[in-house]
Amino acid sequence: MASEAQGEQAGGLVFHPMDQFNVESLFGGSVSWYTPTNAALWMGLAIVAVLGLMVLTTTKRSIVPSRGQSVAELAYVFVYKMVEDITGKDGIVYFPYIMTLFMFIVSANFLALIPMSFSPTSHFAVTVVLAMAVFLTVTILGFIKNGTKFLGLFWVSSAPLALRPVLAIIEVISYFVRPVSHSIRLAGNVMAGHAVIKVFAGFAAIAVVSPVAIAGIAAMYALEILVSFIQAYVFTILTCVYLKDALHPGH
Amino acid sequence: MATDTHSAAEAAGPGMPQLDFSTWGNQIFWLVITLFVIYLVLSRVALPRIASVLAERKGTITNDIAAAEDLKAKALDAEAAYDKALIDARAEAGRIVAETKVGIQADLDAAIAKADTKISAKAAEGEKVIAEIRAGALENVKDVAKDTAKEIVAAMGGKADAKTITAAVTARMKG
Repeated sequence: MASEAQGEQAGGLVFHPMDQFNVESLFGGSVSWYTPTNAALWMGLAIVAVLGLMVLTTTKRSIVPSRGQSVAELAYVFVYKMVEDITGKDGIVYFPYIMTLFMFIVSANFLALIPMSFSPTSHFAVTVVLAMAVFLTVTILGFIKNGTKFLGLFWVSSAPLALRPVLAIIEVISYFVRPVSHSIRLAGNVMAGHAVIKVFAGFAAIAVVSPVAIAGIAAMYALEILVSFIQAYVFTILTCVYLKDALHPGH
Repeated sequence: MATDTHSAAEAAGPGMPQLDFSTWGNQIFWLVITLFVIYLVLSRVALPRIASVLAERKGTITNDIAAAEDLKAKALDAEAAYDKALIDARAEAGRIVAETKVGIQADLDAAIAKADTKISAKAAEGEKVIAEIRAGALENVKDVAKDTAKEIVAAMGGKADAKTITAAVTARMKG
């Protein structure tokens, strides 16, 4: 309250665009590693959403699907085709893992669009774990499947010999930057959108600009719906691309 | 309370709760649980179920298409059979018409022949009657001519016997 009062004194405006990302204990007290927090709650709701979408709608196993079941089938076929098209037939084994990533990100993103919600995917803690999991899995898998041939990923054999060491350095750097870009892209997009909506909401306190601010919120909200899906899609498709590199290294 | 957490967050990081590393352990713990649960739900229940539904649908569609092909072939057969039956029926009808025509023609010919014989019989009878009448008329004419000739001969003052006159008249009439 004190800081809000300060804000009001300064210019009649209250801007706390980042407060929505605070991780707080649900029942008060300090946050230790096992405390049920709002992050835990909204991840739990993501589980419920996945359960509702993928399990409850398909209980009837109808040949002619209901609306819910067709959405579940659509999600299944969407990710399945993505895995099949990008990684090839031998990548299908990893379909459940990729589906898990996609379903978690897409449900967390969409749940985060509910006003007053918490967005787990806006936190680097979450996206870094996801990206590192993909990075480590793909790297280990690459070495297991291909042995030292996996290093051929960094040795561009189609380039002139003199250029290859330089390219190898660039390739190695880009390889290790992957998890960074992979995680920051998702968290950054979600965080930025939600923060911008909050800023617009702060402006809505001024009567003169409030229609513009509310229109801005509506527009941003529409954009965020798009971003929620696209970022989940991008994260998943990049996972598939990295997986393809592990299964079939070389350019 | 809002102030407490806000100031706590500000104390821990430069204004971004994302960089407050004191909450990372908590988030990672719950994230791992979440991912594990979602993975279990998807890989044990949802994905096999949807895969079976899709496979079943594909099978059903393939079967239905095959059945439709069968039915189409049957329909074509039926159409061919129908056409053949139609052609047969037409031929049969033509044959019956021709037969009937022949039969009618024969009846007609018989009737015409019968009528012809009747007509010719009637005509012969009529001719006979006419001939009789004509013969009768000739006789009359002979008699009249004899009588007239006798009268004329008598009027001329001659006397003629019946035999001569008759011969003369007969000769004249022949001429």
